[in-house]
Amino acid sequence: MLKTYAYPKYQFRLPTGAGGDTVPRYPVVVVGAGPVGMAAAIDLAQQGVPVVILDDDDTVSVGSRGVCYAKRALEVLDRLGVGDPVVDKGVSWNVGRTFFREEEVYNFNLKPNADQKRPGMINLQQYYLEEYEINRLAQFDSVELCWKNKVVGVEPQDDKVTVKVQTPDGFYTLETDWLIVADGARSPIRSMLNLDIDGKIFMDRFLIADVVMEAEFPPERWFWFDPPFHPGQSVLLHRQSDNCWRIDFQLGWQADPEEEKKPEKVIPRIKAMLGDDRPFELEWVSVYTFQCRRMTDFRHGRVFFAGDCAHQVSPFGARGANSGIQDTDNLVWKLKLVMDGKAPPSLLDTYSRERTWGADENLMNSTRSTDFITPKSKTSLTFRNATLGLARKHPFARALVNSGRLSVPCFYTDSRLNTADTDAFGGDMVPGAAMDDASIRVNGEDGWLLDHVGNQFIALVYAPQAALAGADALLSDPIGVTTIAVVPAGGKALPGMMAFEDVNGTFAKAYDATPGSVHLLRPDQHVTARWRTFDAAAIRAAVARATCNS
Amino acid sequence: MSLITTANFYQTGKRYFRDFSPNDDFYEMLIETHRDLTDEQSALVNAKLILLLANHIGDMDVLAEAMKAAREDV
Ligand SMILES: Cc1cc2nc3c(=O)[nH]c(=O)nc-3n(C[C@H](O)[C@H](O)[C@H](O)COP(=O)(O)OP(=O)(O)OC[C@H]3O[C@@H](n4cnc5c(N)ncnc54)[C@H](O)[C@@H]3O)c2cc1C
Repeated sequence: MLKTYAYPKYQFRLPTGAGGDTVPRYPVVVVGAGPVGMAAAIDLAQQGVPVVILDDDDTVSVGSRGVCYAKRALEVLDRLGVGDPVVDKGVSWNVGRTFFREEEVYNFNLKPNADQKRPGMINLQQYYLEEYEINRLAQFDSVELCWKNKVVGVEPQDDKVTVKVQTPDGFYTLETDWLIVADGARSPIRSMLNLDIDGKIFMDRFLIADVVMEAEFPPERWFWFDPPFHPGQSVLLHRQSDNCWRIDFQLGWQADPEEEKKPEKVIPRIKAMLGDDRPFELEWVSVYTFQCRRMTDFRHGRVFFAGDCAHQVSPFGARGANSGIQDTDNLVWKLKLVMDGKAPPSLLDTYSRERTWGADENLMNSTRSTDFITPKSKTSLTFRNATLGLARKHPFARALVNSGRLSVPCFYTDSRLNTADTDAFGGDMVPGAAMDDASIRVNGEDGWLLDHVGNQFIALVYAPQAALAGADALLSDPIGVTTIAVVPAGGKALPGMMAFEDVNGTFAKAYDATPGSVHLLRPDQHVTARWRTFDAAAIRAAVARATCNS
Repeated sequence: MSLITTANFYQTGKRYFRDFSPNDDFYEMLIETHRDLTDEQSALVNAKLILLLANHIGDMDVLAEAMKAAREDV
């Protein structure tokens, strides 16, 4: 098996200073070189923080695992300099179709009339994503990616964390100011620290197969309820890159995983589904069950949990790696401010507050999808099938069909970091919203809003009419704020001020911008405050609030 | 008034950022109503639910239309 991908093998190494007579001390150590740990490391490296990453393995994800990467995760990957290889290699798609028995009953388009750089979703085998992250990390001298370094002990103290590591050369101990744990669903570190993770296991099993074949199916997500080729269960089909197709078959709880994985069991299932004699090769097969659960708190003093170790969701909705990448997007700028002494440690608690809020939304949506896809009682099944039956004809029933609500970012509407609106605004770009993208022109070049913001606080001022009093002073604050104008198509900026031209009017519409209105943006591309007029003092107060400095 | 067959769920005072949310809120509430009931109990709850909602709607033309749509293809 495995014809399209050759697994790289990475060399074992020790972090600089480790393994000798003295215990080395680092500013930040990341445990786990999965998609989430590496996203954290890239972000830190971009902020100029040296990072040590420890991983017990020496290669990328075995098997395709995470397949669907959503627009918001792609935007974060863009900020991290990994978006292009991921999107270039991946299969972009926006349309999902749902079938009940033989008929299509419902379809959705993730990106209706959108003026955004990234598609609603791409499909890409997880090992490619990880490989591209590894390549990106190699561009920083300040990053030490240490394979075959297995963390076997963690001792949190008030002023540091002591970590014990096992390698092919024996054991060593290190100290770090901060520890970011991204060691996956089984999280040995969570267990070492005796921390609970609560939730439930779903009583169902799924067979996943990566199949290599030539096929002309469009790049769409196809989901079947009760299809003739797999009666009574559901099936999901996704196209990945390299002509590799991912098929998920629901098997039911009684299925024997070892038996179901055998090619003589898998191949007939795929043949029945394809319905013809098209040649194909099995690349990877696995049977999985899943859990929906999360840790109570993602921060424990100097130790942070991110990704699967902190929360796990059912795969219907692709909210696993996508939400993990959003975790690190939220954490790293806060950690950097605290490391620099520009914000109090309480800012780090808001990482947990905001991301547990996000995790709860992800858990709710993926649990609802799972309940629809695998009804738990006869009555639930009857309602499910009645919905699917009505969906052919009635739009309201189509809207109830839930074959997976695909990953979208949550709105941190209740975050203490937001400044509440005092002026009236329409639209969705409320304080706490992840920013909507828009095409813009900057210095005569076409580009995208989200490629030009992030990594710092920015005040976007729409069509400023007069010089903005106090804007210069904001820039030289300890936590500086850059003021940028957004001007309508053909409009001019004020002298000396950087301007984004809102070529299609997308910004004005999405942000409900009027001449003089201001949107204050966090380093992670979330809106944190907005006003109808520019007031440097109000901006300064909102930045203080967004960094727990007030 | 004729039978509404486009998506129509909402909760007064609640702000939705995603189109699917009100639908999913309703569906979860519906399934929760049946939690831990036997099949017979569920059938009884469903019958009562229909009677309550039918009275709330009141308009006999709308009800006739709904009944007809429900029987179709069964
Ligand atoms: C069938 C399936 C389908 C999926 N589909 C999707 C999808 O479409 N979209 C999506 O977003 N997500 C999907 N996921 C989820 C996705 O795979 C995970 O959410 C993602 O891998 C989590 O990343 P992570 O970095 O948190 O953890 P992992 O990828 O599990 O990485 C953890 C890393 O930590 C290392 N490690 C563990 N213990 C130690 C230790 N003691 N010392 C050092 N290193 C250690 C491991 O070797 C590993 O490299 C899917 C998962 C499955 C199983």
